[in-house]
Amino acid sequence: MKLGVLFSGGKDSTFACWKAMQQEEVVCLITVISRNPESYMFHTPNIRLAALQAEAAGLPLVEVETAGEKEEELLDLKRALLAARERFGIEGVVTGAILSIYQAARVQQVCLELGLWCFNPLWSPDQEAYMEELIDAGFKVVIVGVFSSPFDASWLGREIDRRTLDELREIARKYRITLTGEGGEFETFVVDAPFFSRRIAIEEASKAYRNYNGVLRIERAGLVAK
Amino acid sequence: MILVVDLCYRDGSLSRDEFVGPVERLLRKTGAPFCTRHYTAVGAPEVEAADAVILCGTALRDTGFAEHPERFRWLLAFERPVLGISSGMRALAAAFGAAAEPCCEIGMTDVRVLAPDPLFAGREGFPAYELHECAVQVPDAFIPLAASDRCVQAIRHRSLPLYGLLFHPEARNEWIVERFLGLVKTVR
Repeated sequence: MKLGVLFSGGKDSTFACWKAMQQEEVVCLITVISRNPESYMFHTPNIRLAALQAEAAGLPLVEVETAGEKEEELLDLKRALLAARERFGIEGVVTGAILSIYQAARVQQVCLELGLWCFNPLWSPDQEAYMEELIDAGFKVVIVGVFSSPFDASWLGREIDRRTLDELREIARKYRITLTGEGGEFETFVVDAPFFSRRIAIEEASKAYRNYNGVLRIERAGLVAK
Repeated sequence: MILVVDLCYRDGSLSRDEFVGPVERLLRKTGAPFCTRHYTAVGAPEVEAADAVILCGTALRDTGFAEHPERFRWLLAFERPVLGISSGMRALAAAFGAAAEPCCEIGMTDVRVLAPDPLFAGREGFPAYELHECAVQVPDAFIPLAASDRCVQAIRHRSLPLYGLLFHPEARNEWIVERFLGLVKTVR
């Protein structure tokens, strides 16, 4: 089955893409770029770099912009999926949804309207096992956004390796947050994945941080040999 | 041992982690021993060894299981607890002669309890996660236990612990699966 992956460049959609590649044929990545920083559906830091990640993966990217108004952005999602169906013949869509029924239900609805299959291979996972598998499989994931206590500015730019995972585990226990950041506690950016032919090198980045809210904006990045 | 039945479009499919995985994780959490089989691979040895059965859901477009009603006939003679979830409810109802009818619900819906039953005891209603294009007619041998504004959400056999749930209890309503597992112990 030909599939398009709803792609944000973070760990969940990238890992979902990898899972999908093991079962079906992923023919494109699909990115909805929201101009609204409050968007529940699509906003994420560094979304513009999805194009570089798609290049690293050797996959075409379907990009659609949205103003990010609540229900309008569903029409923009529909536009993106239609474009992917027309250009690449997708029969289904893959998302990295983990727990959010708000997001999953909206994508399901749009897929149904377009006659597309919808896959959520990370749905309701064992969060511990998922994070372990992510590291074991060779994903290099960097934290590019923090949005809750106790994350200070030092977390921005940190790679999620075993040591970081141990700390996240401790924080998740103490502060009752999700280990995966699904509650919006942190956002990630994937610089390398098992299916990338080259990895992403962050050449220049700037931090903006205040009161447990911060982002690492990647100003310049390129592809380098692995 | 609980027999978990995967109704997805093929064994080891991309949908497995979404519809079977969460049920398996819940069983692991509760310590209930289980084995999982694709519906095309359920035979007499699995059925005989099972103390109970959970029939898992499928993706919206995944209705291949409904084209093979003969694969579910064993349910007619299986008198131990069964929990059919969404597509699993459809397969259970079909085995007892009931048809499906269009009723699309996606997302959270309020479910009202209609009749007393150990599965929902003490609850008048609860929000539940729905993902289906069809509801099922209530088979003659069953009674409706719960409903949303649009369709029947839960059924139970009149004399056996056979249950069908249209919503997905493994998302947001794990307590229902836990109560079902409690019935398995009672029957044993």
